[in-house]
Amino acid sequence: MNIHEYQAKQLLARYGVAVPFEIAAKTLAEVRPAADKIAASGSARVVVKSQIHAGGRGKGTFQTGFQGGVKVAASVDEAVGFAEKMLGNVLVTKQTGEEGRKVQTLLLAAGAKIKKEFYLAVLLDRANSRPLVMASTEGGMDIEEVAEKHPEKIFREHIDPAVGIMPYQARKIAAALGLRGDLFNAGVKLITGVYHTWWECDAAMVELNPLAVVELADGKETVMALDAKISLDDNALYRHKDILEMRDLNEEAPLEIEASKFNLNYIKLDGSIACLVNGAGLAMSTMDIIQHFGGRPANFLDVGGGASKEQVTAAFKIILSDPHVKGILVNIFGGIMDCNVIATGIVAAVKETGLKLPLVVRLEGNNVLAGKKTLAESGVAIITGDSMADAAQKVVKAVSGC
Amino acid sequence: MSILVTPQTKVLVQGITGSFGAKHAQLSIDYGSQIVAGVTPGKGGQCFEHGGKKVPIFDTVADAVKQTGATASAVFVPPPFAADAILEGADAGLALVVAITEGIPVRDMVRVKRALEGNLTTRLIGPNCPGIVTPGEGKDSHGGCRIGIAPGYIHKKGHIGVVSRSGTLTYEAVWQLTSRGVGQSTCVGIGGDPVNGTSHLDVIKLFNADPDTHGIILIGEIGGSAEEEAAEWIKQHCKKPVAGFIAGATAPPGRRMGHAGAIVSGGKGTAEAKIAAFKAAGIGIAVTPSEMADTLLRMMPGAK
Repeated sequence: MNIHEYQAKQLLARYGVAVPFEIAAKTLAEVRPAADKIAASGSARVVVKSQIHAGGRGKGTFQTGFQGGVKVAASVDEAVGFAEKMLGNVLVTKQTGEEGRKVQTLLLAAGAKIKKEFYLAVLLDRANSRPLVMASTEGGMDIEEVAEKHPEKIFREHIDPAVGIMPYQARKIAAALGLRGDLFNAGVKLITGVYHTWWECDAAMVELNPLAVVELADGKETVMALDAKISLDDNALYRHKDILEMRDLNEEAPLEIEASKFNLNYIKLDGSIACLVNGAGLAMSTMDIIQHFGGRPANFLDVGGGASKEQVTAAFKIILSDPHVKGILVNIFGGIMDCNVIATGIVAAVKETGLKLPLVVRLEGNNVLAGKKTLAESGVAIITGDSMADAAQKVVKAVSGC
Repeated sequence: MSILVTPQTKVLVQGITGSFGAKHAQLSIDYGSQIVAGVTPGKGGQCFEHGGKKVPIFDTVADAVKQTGATASAVFVPPPFAADAILEGADAGLALVVAITEGIPVRDMVRVKRALEGNLTTRLIGPNCPGIVTPGEGKDSHGGCRIGIAPGYIHKKGHIGVVSRSGTLTYEAVWQLTSRGVGQSTCVGIGGDPVNGTSHLDVIKLFNADPDTHGIILIGEIGGSAEEEAAEWIKQHCKKPVAGFIAGATAPPGRRMGHAGAIVSGGKGTAEAKIAAFKAAGIGIAVTPSEMADTLLRMMPGAK
């Protein structure tokens, strides 16, 4: 699960990470009082930031033609003006795709005089199953590009999960960022807090880009998280009810939300051949084989190991709500499941949904002969495939004939 | 021979009284595997009965091991308690703990993996995996050792080793082999999570050292770099033909494809990179999942 920047900073602040003075607003009525408070805090400028689960906001464009999803206002009035242009409008960035995302929340933050920008992230290093802190002096940049062009500018520190981050490790990272004096000590505290946020919240990734040295109104310098991104481990959300409440369904594809209600794992893609498969690996490779034979998969859909008739019906309905779908490939390896039960479910789903599109079914495994017989005698137009390759070729052919 | 387990291996089931654990304990008993004990805290002294067989239930794994001599376990415990169950198995000195449970938090597995570091007694397979099958000699491979949730009947005793992160894709490969009259030494599902106990490479090393395994099917998927590590070792050391398949070439970056570990992030873990590593290691590439068995069999004429 992903959360918004303002929510990520709320979590970080709990663990002692310094963030700018900022207030989230969900309606225009909330914007002016929030901007007033920020101005009253002594900040000459108010930053207005669109809150969507996608990067590239600053360089994004609203569908209205308004440029920039992040704006710095020199006055409260200007901030309110920016907010009017953003709130409720669709922002398109390099990460959102053409359809963009509707901005439903704004973050108003005290403007900071940035002296230096860094990158800091905590994630799992899969190669050794340990937490990894990554830091770089190249802040505010695309870190993948830094990793490629200047790998020496990325500092890595693995954390032993048995003891957690030790103070000396936070000091090593702060030193690698070139922090000195008071800033060094503030950096150590911040780095430690970021690690604790990752660990305690069961995050998959915590990323500050940029983490910055900023000059405060009184001329003093400090380090703070100017932007933050947190993604959570879905498997651990059961023990974080407070974080679960941060879920924003507006940011998720409606069909994926519907699928999750039936314990179906569905990811929408942009092709025309829908697939319904049991098991994640088989589902992925069914997409691959459709593409191999010249078709394009419309989705990933794993109905799990013990798919019921209700799940199969729900899966068909979800697949069919995608208007781009021109044909369906069902690929089931019934290891423990009875293929005949699945076949009965498929026939019932086809009848219930009044399916008109070409349907290719490949069944294999337990009681497969009875399953094939059920399909053949159902009176429903079903094309059967003997192997994955056979079924994929048949569905690609059926769709290209449309 | 085989790797990890033989038809004689004594197996206990952690979480035998839950519906999932009970169902698969029954199927393993039906398959002829030596299911000698169950563990469910608070139900010690009761029995799990199936097909005329009475399996004693214990409160602790340590008791079960002491009383029955079990050396391997299947963990069917729900995710919040699975890390504890795995480490209890290790504490009891089991040689093999196979964690079937799907949905264990990554942080729990990071701690488990750390706790098992340097432990030379216990090997963890999984979690989020279909388990292990060493086929038996009876009809439909009856009498083998089945730990987990794989369908037993699709197997056939023989000399091909299969290792995969995915359950149904393993069954697909096994079925392709069996349908062509070619049997398997052992089939291992290592699981689809980002942190797991045993890697592709660990299993490949075991297959390479097993005189009864003559060829290997290696099934990988997007995410991480475990396939690349296995390929590098195979290039240098593996004496046996290996055919490989990678799932997820069409998966969009940044999305988890069902398995928690199946994700391309930051340009890492792509199918292209893994296939390139396989090619460089001389691994036969199955271009589609329909060709996993045929790809291997072309590399070893006369295989049975």
